[in-house]
Amino acid sequence: MATLNQLIDSLQAVLGDKVAELKTALNEVTVEIAAANWHDVAQTLRDHADFRFEACLDVAGVDYSAYKDGVWEGQRFAAVYHLLSYAHNFRLRVRVYAPDDDFPVVASITDLWSGANWFEREAFDLYGIVFEGHPDLRRILTDYGFVGHPFRKDFPLSGYVEMRYDPEQARVIYQPVTIEPREITPRIIREENYGGV
Amino acid sequence: MASEIRNYTLNFGPQHPAAHGVLRLVLELDGEVIERADPHIGLLHRGTEKLAESKTFIQSLPYMDRLDYVSMMANEHAYCMAIEKLCGIEVPLRAQYIRVMFDEITRILNHLMWIGAHGLDCGAMTIFLYAFREREDLMDCYEAVSGARMHAAYYRPGGVYRDLPDSMPQYQASKVRNAAAIKRMNSNREGSLLDFIEDFTNRFPTYVDEYETLLTDNRIWKQRTVGIGVLTPERAMNLGLTGAMLRGSGIAWDLRKKQPYEVYDKLDFDIPVGKNGDCYDRYLVRVEEMRQSNRIVKQCVQWLKANPGPVIVDNYKVAPPSRVDMKSNMEELIHHFKLFTEGMHVPEGEAYAAVEHPKGEFGIYLVSDGANKPYRLKIRAPGFAHLASLDEMARGHMISDAVAIIGTQDIVFGEIDR
Repeated sequence: MATLNQLIDSLQAVLGDKVAELKTALNEVTVEIAAANWHDVAQTLRDHADFRFEACLDVAGVDYSAYKDGVWEGQRFAAVYHLLSYAHNFRLRVRVYAPDDDFPVVASITDLWSGANWFEREAFDLYGIVFEGHPDLRRILTDYGFVGHPFRKDFPLSGYVEMRYDPEQARVIYQPVTIEPREITPRIIREENYGGV
Repeated sequence: MASEIRNYTLNFGPQHPAAHGVLRLVLELDGEVIERADPHIGLLHRGTEKLAESKTFIQSLPYMDRLDYVSMMANEHAYCMAIEKLCGIEVPLRAQYIRVMFDEITRILNHLMWIGAHGLDCGAMTIFLYAFREREDLMDCYEAVSGARMHAAYYRPGGVYRDLPDSMPQYQASKVRNAAAIKRMNSNREGSLLDFIEDFTNRFPTYVDEYETLLTDNRIWKQRTVGIGVLTPERAMNLGLTGAMLRGSGIAWDLRKKQPYEVYDKLDFDIPVGKNGDCYDRYLVRVEEMRQSNRIVKQCVQWLKANPGPVIVDNYKVAPPSRVDMKSNMEELIHHFKLFTEGMHVPEGEAYAAVEHPKGEFGIYLVSDGANKPYRLKIRAPGFAHLASLDEMARGHMISDAVAIIGTQDIVFGEIDR
C-alpha cells in the first residue's frame, strides 16, 4: 500500500494536469489520459525515475456502447493498457479513450514498448481502433479477408458469414450464416438494493 | 554472368510437426539464414473473450481450461481470482492450499510437456517418452479430483469445487496384465489422493535427474541450444516477456515471490535465474522450476493432511449450497436455483488478476457493469507476447534454430489465439 501511495503521489507531481482522472480501487491504480497527450505521457511513464514502467504487459480494446444497457455517455472506444514496473514492483492501468467514435484513433506506443506491437494489432483487429504510428497494423486473429471488427458490441456473436465446402464448385465457399443468434441466459443488471441486499 | 541473388520466402506450417499446433510462419530467407520471421496466428481463434460476454460467470469457467490446454488449472486460477477480487471474497485457507498444490502440479505437467516437445524438436526422442510417463501420474491426480484428465473445471470463484478424495482410482485386472502386475501398479494407489501425490513427490526428483542425464551435458543438445535466441534483460522486459523467458535472461521476477497471492508467502521455495538468456539457460531454469514445484507440492501435502476444513466459501450468492442442504431446505433450493439459472452478480468495477502461470504472467482483465455476465473479459496470455518476439529472436539464425526458439518459447496455441 505504501508503494501504491508513492505511485499516486508521483503521478500527481510529475504528470500534473495531464492526468484526466485518477482512481484507486481494489489496490489498483487507474489513470485516464487524453488521447492527444498519450504518447508523451507514455514516454514519461517509461523513462522517469519515479515510474520506470519497463513493460507494457497488455493492451485491451473496450467497447463501452452497451455498458449498463446503454447508459454510457462518454466516448465509445478505449484502449486499456496494463503497465508493470519491475524496478518499483507496481502496476498501473491507463485508459485512453479514442476521441472519434466513427474512426477511433489512439497513438501507438510500439516505439516505446516493442511488446505492445501485437496487442495493438489485436485491438485493431477486434475493435477497429487505429493505432497511429504503428509500423505494421495488420489484422492478426481473424481470417484472411475478414470484414468487420468482431468484438464490437453491435457485431453478432454468430457473425455474418459461415464457411462450408461446396461439392458443385469443388471448393470452400462463404455464405450468410444459417443459425439464429440466441441467448440462453438473459443478461440481467439488478436495480440498487435488490431484495434488501 | 553475374548470378542474381535473391531472398526467398518459406511457408512453415500450419501443419509442420515443429510448429506446436497451428502456427503458420512465413520466413524470409537468405540462403538458410532467417531475415524476417512473420508468424500468422489466429487459426485456432475461437473468440473466448466474446463468448464469455454472453455467458454467466460460471458458464465461462470451463473455457479457461481450453486456453492453455497443457496448464489447465492455472488458467482457471487467474479467472477465479479476478472474480474474487471484484466480489471481495476471502477464499478459505484449505482451498488456497489446494489451489497452490494444483498450480504446482500443473506447472510440472506443463514443463514435462515442454521438455518432451522441445527435446523432440531438437532431435531427442527419448525424453518425450520419459516425460509422458510422469504426466500420466499427474493426469491421474487431475482425474481423481475433478473427474477429467485435462479440462478439470475444478477451481470455482470462492474456492474449489470439492474436497480432495479419500481414495485413488485403481487399475483393474485385464487380459494383458496378471494379478501380480496389477497389484504392483496399484501399490501407491491404496491410500488417499494426498498419499499418492506424496509418493509422487518422493519419486519425482530422481526422474528429473534422469531427464538431466539425457540432456544437460548432451553434446548435441548443447549445440542446438547454447547461444541460440539470446535475449538481453532490457529487451526481454521491453518485449513484455514473462516467466522463464524473463528469468532465463537473469531477472529474478516471479509473481509468486514479488506479488504473492494465495499462500505462496508461507511456502519455502527458490526462484532459479539464468545468466546468458539463451535457450540452454531457459532449459536449465525450467528444469530447476520443476524441482522447486515439487518442493512446494510436498509442503502443501503436509499442510493439507494436518488441516481439514471448508474448501469453498459459504456465501450462497457465489458458491452453491451442499447437495444435502439443497435437497432438504427451501432457502438453499432457491439459492441453488438462482445461482445455476441466473448466475452470480459481480459488482460494478474492473480488476486485473495475474498468476505466475507455467509460461509466464497470465492475467485476466475483467470489466463488470454489475450484470450476471462479464462486460469485457481480456485474457493476457503469456504466449502471445512470447510469439510476438519470435521475429526479433530468430533474425540471423538458421531455420533449424527457429525450431529451437519456438520450442524454448513454450508455444501453445490455445492461449495465443484464444
